[in-house]
Amino acid sequence: MSLLELFQWLEYSSLLVAMRSSPWLFPVIATIHLLGLAVLGGAVLVVDLRLLGLGLSRQPPAQLARDAQPLLLGSLVIMLLTGLLLFMCFATKYYYLTAFWVKLASLFLAVVFTFTIRRRVVTAGETTLRAMWSRPTALVSVSLWASVLLTGRLIGFP
Amino acid sequence: MSLLSICDWLAMTPGSVALHESRYLYLIVLTVHVMTLFVFVGIAVMLNLRLMGVTMSRVPVSEVVGRLLPWIVAGFLVMVISGLLLFYADPLEKYGNLFFRAKMGLLVLAGVNVWVFYTTAYRRVVEWDLDPVPPGRARLAGGVSLVLWAAIITAGRMIPYQAYWFD
Repeated sequence: MSLLELFQWLEYSSLLVAMRSSPWLFPVIATIHLLGLAVLGGAVLVVDLRLLGLGLSRQPPAQLARDAQPLLLGSLVIMLLTGLLLFMCFATKYYYLTAFWVKLASLFLAVVFTFTIRRRVVTAGETTLRAMWSRPTALVSVSLWASVLLTGRLIGFP
Repeated sequence: MSLLSICDWLAMTPGSVALHESRYLYLIVLTVHVMTLFVFVGIAVMLNLRLMGVTMSRVPVSEVVGRLLPWIVAGFLVMVISGLLLFYADPLEKYGNLFFRAKMGLLVLAGVNVWVFYTTAYRRVVEWDLDPVPPGRARLAGGVSLVLWAAIITAGRMIPYQAYWFD
Protein backbone atom coordinates (compact mmCIF):
# COMPACT_ATOMS: atom_id res chain seq x y z
CA MET A 1 0.00 0.00 0.00
CA SER A 2 1.51 3.34 -0.98
CA LEU A 3 1.31 6.43 1.22
CA LEU A 4 -1.24 7.98 -1.11
CA GLU A 5 -3.41 4.85 -0.90
CA LEU A 6 -3.18 4.98 2.89
CA PHE A 7 -4.27 8.65 2.87
CA GLN A 8 -7.15 7.85 0.53
CA TRP A 9 -8.19 4.93 2.70
CA LEU A 10 -8.16 7.20 5.78
CA GLU A 11 -10.14 9.94 4.10
CA TYR A 12 -12.80 7.55 2.79
CA SER A 13 -13.00 5.32 5.87
CA SER A 14 -16.50 5.01 7.31
CA LEU A 15 -15.55 7.12 10.37
CA LEU A 16 -14.38 10.01 8.20
CA VAL A 17 -17.30 9.81 5.80
CA ALA A 18 -19.58 10.04 8.84
CA MET A 19 -17.54 12.98 10.18
CA ARG A 20 -17.75 14.89 6.92
CA SER A 21 -21.49 14.40 6.70
CA SER A 22 -21.75 16.69 9.73
CA PRO A 23 -20.85 20.20 8.54
CA TRP A 24 -19.97 21.55 11.98
CA LEU A 25 -17.67 18.79 13.20
CA PHE A 26 -14.66 20.07 11.22
CA PRO A 27 -14.86 23.66 12.58
CA VAL A 28 -15.45 22.34 16.11
CA ILE A 29 -12.34 20.14 15.97
CA ALA A 30 -10.40 22.99 14.32
CA THR A 31 -11.44 25.23 17.24
CA ILE A 32 -10.15 22.73 19.81
CA HIS A 33 -6.94 22.58 17.76
CA LEU A 34 -6.66 26.41 18.07
CA LEU A 35 -7.35 26.37 21.82
CA GLY A 36 -4.49 23.88 22.14
CA LEU A 37 -2.33 26.26 20.10
CA ALA A 38 -2.88 29.11 22.56
CA VAL A 39 -1.87 26.98 25.56
CA LEU A 40 1.12 25.58 23.67
CA GLY A 41 2.20 29.15 22.82
CA GLY A 42 2.25 30.13 26.48
CA ALA A 43 4.10 26.99 27.58
CA VAL A 44 6.75 27.41 24.87
CA LEU A 45 7.21 31.19 25.04
CA VAL A 46 7.50 31.55 28.82
CA VAL A 47 10.63 29.39 28.65
CA ASP A 48 11.99 30.74 25.34
CA LEU A 49 11.57 34.36 26.47
CA ARG A 50 13.48 33.47 29.63
CA LEU A 51 16.29 31.90 27.58
CA LEU A 52 16.44 35.13 25.58
CA GLY A 53 16.86 37.08 28.82
CA LEU A 54 13.36 38.54 28.48
CA GLY A 55 10.16 37.84 30.33
CA LEU A 56 10.64 36.22 33.75
CA SER A 57 14.40 36.81 33.75
CA ARG A 58 14.77 36.48 37.52
CA GLN A 59 13.58 32.88 37.52
CA PRO A 60 15.76 29.84 36.76
CA PRO A 61 14.82 28.48 33.30
CA ALA A 62 14.72 24.93 34.68
CA GLN A 63 12.01 25.93 37.18
CA LEU A 64 9.91 27.66 34.50
CA ALA A 65 10.29 24.68 32.19
CA ARG A 66 9.17 22.33 34.99
CA ASP A 67 6.10 24.53 35.60
CA ALA A 68 5.28 24.71 31.89
CA GLN A 69 5.87 21.00 31.23
CA PRO A 70 2.32 19.69 31.97
CA LEU A 71 0.83 22.47 29.82
CA LEU A 72 3.30 21.76 27.03
CA LEU A 73 2.58 18.03 27.05
CA GLY A 74 -1.18 18.45 27.52
CA SER A 75 -1.54 20.95 24.69
CA LEU A 76 0.70 18.87 22.41
CA VAL A 77 -1.46 15.77 22.98
CA ILE A 78 -4.65 17.75 22.27
CA MET A 79 -3.12 19.26 19.13
CA LEU A 80 -1.85 15.92 17.85
CA LEU A 81 -5.20 14.18 18.40
CA THR A 82 -7.31 16.97 16.86
CA GLY A 83 -4.67 17.50 14.16
CA LEU A 84 -4.88 13.84 13.17
CA LEU A 85 -8.67 14.11 12.81
CA LEU A 86 -8.38 17.33 10.78
CA PHE A 87 -5.77 15.68 8.57
CA MET A 88 -7.97 12.64 7.99
CA CYS A 89 -10.82 14.86 6.81
CA PHE A 90 -8.77 16.02 3.82
CA ALA A 91 -5.90 13.54 3.69
CA THR A 92 -5.58 13.35 -0.10
CA LYS A 93 -5.62 17.16 -0.45
CA TYR A 94 -2.73 17.39 2.03
CA TYR A 95 -0.80 14.65 0.26
CA TYR A 96 -0.27 17.03 -2.65
CA LEU A 97 0.54 20.12 -0.52
CA THR A 98 4.22 20.88 0.03
CA ALA A 99 3.23 23.04 3.02
CA PHE A 100 1.72 19.98 4.73
CA TRP A 101 4.98 18.01 4.49
CA VAL A 102 6.98 21.05 5.64
CA LYS A 103 4.61 21.34 8.59
CA LEU A 104 5.10 17.68 9.54
CA ALA A 105 8.88 18.03 9.27
CA SER A 106 8.90 21.28 11.33
CA LEU A 107 6.65 19.72 13.95
CA PHE A 108 8.87 16.66 14.20
CA LEU A 109 11.98 18.84 14.51
CA ALA A 110 10.31 21.19 17.02
CA VAL A 111 9.25 18.32 19.30
CA VAL A 112 12.60 16.51 19.06
CA PHE A 113 14.51 19.76 19.60
CA THR A 114 12.36 20.68 22.62
CA PHE A 115 12.87 17.36 24.38
CA THR A 116 16.57 16.97 23.59
CA ILE A 117 18.76 20.03 23.01
CA ARG A 118 16.42 22.61 24.54
CA ARG A 119 15.83 20.48 27.63
CA ARG A 120 19.59 20.04 28.01
CA VAL A 121 20.20 23.81 27.84
CA VAL A 122 17.26 24.64 30.11
CA THR A 123 18.39 22.26 32.84
CA ALA A 124 22.07 23.22 32.55
CA GLY A 125 22.12 25.59 35.55
CA GLU A 126 24.48 28.56 35.71
CA THR A 127 27.08 27.07 33.40
CA THR A 128 28.96 28.26 30.33
CA LEU A 129 26.83 25.81 28.33
CA ARG A 130 23.74 27.79 29.22
CA ALA A 131 25.41 31.18 28.89
CA MET A 132 26.53 30.33 25.36
CA TRP A 133 23.56 28.38 24.08
CA SER A 134 20.47 29.96 25.70
CA ARG A 135 19.80 32.50 22.99
CA PRO A 136 20.49 30.33 19.94
CA THR A 137 18.35 27.57 21.50
CA ALA A 138 15.41 29.89 22.09
CA LEU A 139 15.70 31.33 18.58
CA VAL A 140 15.72 27.85 17.01
CA SER A 141 12.75 26.82 19.17
CA VAL A 142 10.70 29.91 18.26
CA SER A 143 11.62 29.58 14.57
CA LEU A 144 10.60 25.92 14.43
CA TRP A 145 7.24 26.62 16.08
CA ALA A 146 6.71 29.64 13.82
CA SER A 147 7.29 27.37 10.85
CA VAL A 148 4.73 24.88 12.21
CA LEU A 149 2.20 27.70 12.67
CA LEU A 150 2.80 29.30 9.28
CA THR A 151 2.60 26.07 7.29
CA GLY A 152 -0.37 25.01 9.41
CA ARG A 153 -2.17 28.20 8.43
CA LEU A 154 -1.12 27.75 4.78
CA ILE A 155 -2.62 24.27 4.41
CA GLY A 156 -5.99 25.62 5.52
CA PHE A 157 -6.15 28.14 2.69
CA PRO A 158 -8.27 27.34 -0.37
CA MET B 1 -25.87 57.59 11.75
CA SER B 2 -26.41 53.90 12.37
CA LEU B 3 -23.73 51.24 12.73
CA LEU B 4 -25.02 49.63 9.56
CA SER B 5 -24.66 52.81 7.51
CA ILE B 6 -21.09 53.24 8.81
CA CYS B 7 -20.31 49.66 7.71
CA ASP B 8 -21.98 50.37 4.41
CA TRP B 9 -19.83 53.46 3.86
CA LEU B 10 -16.67 51.64 5.03
CA ALA B 11 -17.27 48.82 2.55
CA MET B 12 -17.29 51.36 -0.31
CA THR B 13 -13.93 52.92 0.57
CA PRO B 14 -11.13 52.01 -1.87
CA GLY B 15 -8.97 50.49 0.91
CA SER B 16 -11.69 48.09 1.95
CA VAL B 17 -12.36 47.01 -1.63
CA ALA B 18 -8.62 46.58 -2.29
CA LEU B 19 -8.11 44.46 0.83
CA HIS B 20 -11.20 42.41 0.05
CA GLU B 21 -10.10 41.76 -3.51
CA SER B 22 -6.41 41.27 -2.76
CA ARG B 23 -4.93 37.89 -3.55
CA TYR B 24 -2.36 37.70 -0.76
CA LEU B 25 -2.67 40.67 1.60
CA TYR B 26 -5.91 39.47 3.19
CA LEU B 27 -4.43 36.01 3.78
CA ILE B 28 -1.27 37.55 5.26
CA VAL B 29 -3.32 39.67 7.69
CA LEU B 30 -5.39 36.61 8.59
CA THR B 31 -2.20 34.62 9.23
CA VAL B 32 -0.82 37.38 11.49
CA HIS B 33 -4.15 37.44 13.37
CA VAL B 34 -4.04 33.70 13.98
CA MET B 35 -0.35 33.77 14.98
CA THR B 36 -1.09 36.29 17.73
CA LEU B 37 -3.04 33.46 19.38
CA PHE B 38 0.27 31.74 20.03
CA VAL B 39 1.94 34.87 21.44
CA PHE B 40 -0.75 37.02 23.00
CA VAL B 41 -3.34 34.49 24.17
CA GLY B 42 -0.57 32.00 24.97
CA ILE B 43 1.25 34.30 27.39
CA ALA B 44 -2.07 35.57 28.79
CA VAL B 45 -3.01 31.94 29.51
CA MET B 46 0.16 31.56 31.60
CA LEU B 47 -0.64 34.74 33.56
CA ASN B 48 -4.22 33.60 34.16
CA LEU B 49 -3.09 30.15 35.26
CA ARG B 50 -0.69 31.82 37.72
CA LEU B 51 -3.63 33.85 39.09
CA MET B 52 -5.50 30.55 39.52
CA GLY B 53 -2.55 29.00 41.36
CA VAL B 54 -2.08 26.33 38.67
CA THR B 55 1.39 27.16 37.39
CA MET B 56 4.59 29.07 38.34
CA SER B 57 3.37 29.13 41.94
CA ARG B 58 6.83 30.07 43.23
CA VAL B 59 7.00 33.20 41.06
CA PRO B 60 5.52 36.35 42.68
CA VAL B 61 2.33 37.43 40.90
CA SER B 62 3.58 41.01 40.56
CA GLU B 63 6.68 39.71 38.78
CA VAL B 64 4.60 37.61 36.37
CA VAL B 65 2.41 40.64 35.65
CA GLY B 66 5.31 43.09 35.43
CA ARG B 67 7.49 40.96 33.15
CA LEU B 68 4.84 39.33 30.95
CA LEU B 69 2.28 42.11 30.61
CA PRO B 70 4.38 44.10 28.09
CA TRP B 71 4.39 41.03 25.80
CA ILE B 72 0.68 40.53 26.32
CA VAL B 73 -0.06 44.20 25.54
CA ALA B 74 2.20 44.17 22.45
CA GLY B 75 0.61 40.94 21.18
CA PHE B 76 -2.85 42.32 21.89
CA LEU B 77 -2.10 45.43 19.82
CA VAL B 78 -0.99 43.32 16.84
CA MET B 79 -4.12 41.21 17.29
CA VAL B 80 -6.40 44.26 17.40
CA ILE B 81 -4.77 45.92 14.37
CA SER B 82 -4.90 42.74 12.28
CA GLY B 83 -8.46 42.14 13.49
CA LEU B 84 -9.51 45.67 12.53
CA LEU B 85 -8.03 45.12 9.06
CA LEU B 86 -9.95 41.86 8.69
CA PHE B 87 -13.12 43.72 9.65
CA TYR B 88 -12.24 46.55 7.26
CA ALA B 89 -11.96 44.03 4.39
CA ASP B 90 -15.54 42.91 4.90
CA PRO B 91 -17.54 45.28 7.13
CA LEU B 92 -21.04 44.35 5.96
CA GLU B 93 -20.52 40.60 6.11
CA LYS B 94 -19.04 40.95 9.61
CA TYR B 95 -21.85 43.30 10.70
CA GLY B 96 -24.44 40.67 9.90
CA ASN B 97 -22.47 37.76 11.32
CA LEU B 98 -23.79 36.50 14.67
CA PHE B 99 -20.48 34.88 15.64
CA PHE B 100 -18.70 38.17 14.99
CA ARG B 101 -21.21 40.04 17.16
CA ALA B 102 -20.83 37.45 19.92
CA LYS B 103 -17.06 37.78 19.66
CA MET B 104 -17.21 41.58 20.06
CA GLY B 105 -19.51 41.24 23.07
CA LEU B 106 -17.17 38.69 24.66
CA LEU B 107 -14.19 41.01 24.03
CA VAL B 108 -15.94 43.77 25.96
CA LEU B 109 -16.60 41.35 28.82
CA ALA B 110 -12.92 40.32 28.80
CA GLY B 111 -11.98 44.02 29.05
CA VAL B 112 -14.39 44.55 31.97
CA ASN B 113 -12.90 41.50 33.71
CA VAL B 114 -9.38 42.94 33.41
CA TRP B 115 -10.56 46.34 34.64
CA VAL B 116 -12.34 44.85 37.66
CA PHE B 117 -9.29 42.76 38.53
CA TYR B 118 -6.87 45.68 38.38
CA THR B 119 -9.09 48.02 40.35
CA THR B 120 -9.91 45.51 43.12
CA ALA B 121 -7.86 42.36 43.83
CA TYR B 122 -4.64 43.54 42.15
CA ARG B 123 -4.56 46.76 44.18
CA ARG B 124 -3.74 44.68 47.25
CA VAL B 125 -1.35 42.35 45.45
CA VAL B 126 1.37 43.02 48.06
CA GLU B 127 -0.77 41.09 50.55
CA TRP B 128 -0.87 37.92 48.40
CA ASP B 129 2.00 38.37 45.96
CA LEU B 130 3.85 35.27 47.17
CA ASP B 131 0.81 33.04 47.80
CA PRO B 132 1.14 29.88 45.69
CA VAL B 133 -2.65 29.99 45.35
CA PRO B 134 -3.96 33.59 45.19
CA PRO B 135 -7.21 34.64 46.92
CA GLY B 136 -10.63 33.86 45.47
CA ARG B 137 -11.13 37.12 43.57
CA ALA B 138 -7.82 36.76 41.73
CA ARG B 139 -8.53 33.10 40.94
CA LEU B 140 -11.96 34.10 39.69
CA ALA B 141 -10.51 36.82 37.43
CA GLY B 142 -8.04 34.29 35.97
CA GLY B 143 -10.72 31.66 35.42
CA VAL B 144 -13.20 34.11 33.88
CA SER B 145 -10.49 35.38 31.54
CA LEU B 146 -9.61 31.83 30.39
CA VAL B 147 -13.27 30.98 29.74
CA LEU B 148 -13.86 34.25 27.88
CA TRP B 149 -10.79 33.83 25.66
CA ALA B 150 -11.76 30.25 24.85
CA ALA B 151 -15.19 31.57 23.87
CA ILE B 152 -13.65 34.42 21.85
CA ILE B 153 -11.43 31.98 19.91
CA THR B 154 -14.41 29.68 19.34
CA ALA B 155 -16.66 32.50 18.11
CA GLY B 156 -13.87 33.80 15.88
CA ARG B 157 -13.22 30.41 14.33
CA MET B 158 -16.94 30.00 13.64
CA ILE B 159 -17.32 33.32 11.79
CA PRO B 160 -16.98 31.70 8.33
CA TYR B 161 -19.42 28.94 9.30
CA GLN B 162 -22.45 31.07 10.15
CA ALA B 163 -24.43 29.58 7.25
CA TYR B 164 -23.96 26.02 8.59
CA TRP B 165 -25.37 26.95 11.97
CA PHE B 166 -28.15 29.40 11.30
CA ASP B 167 -29.40 28.93 7.75
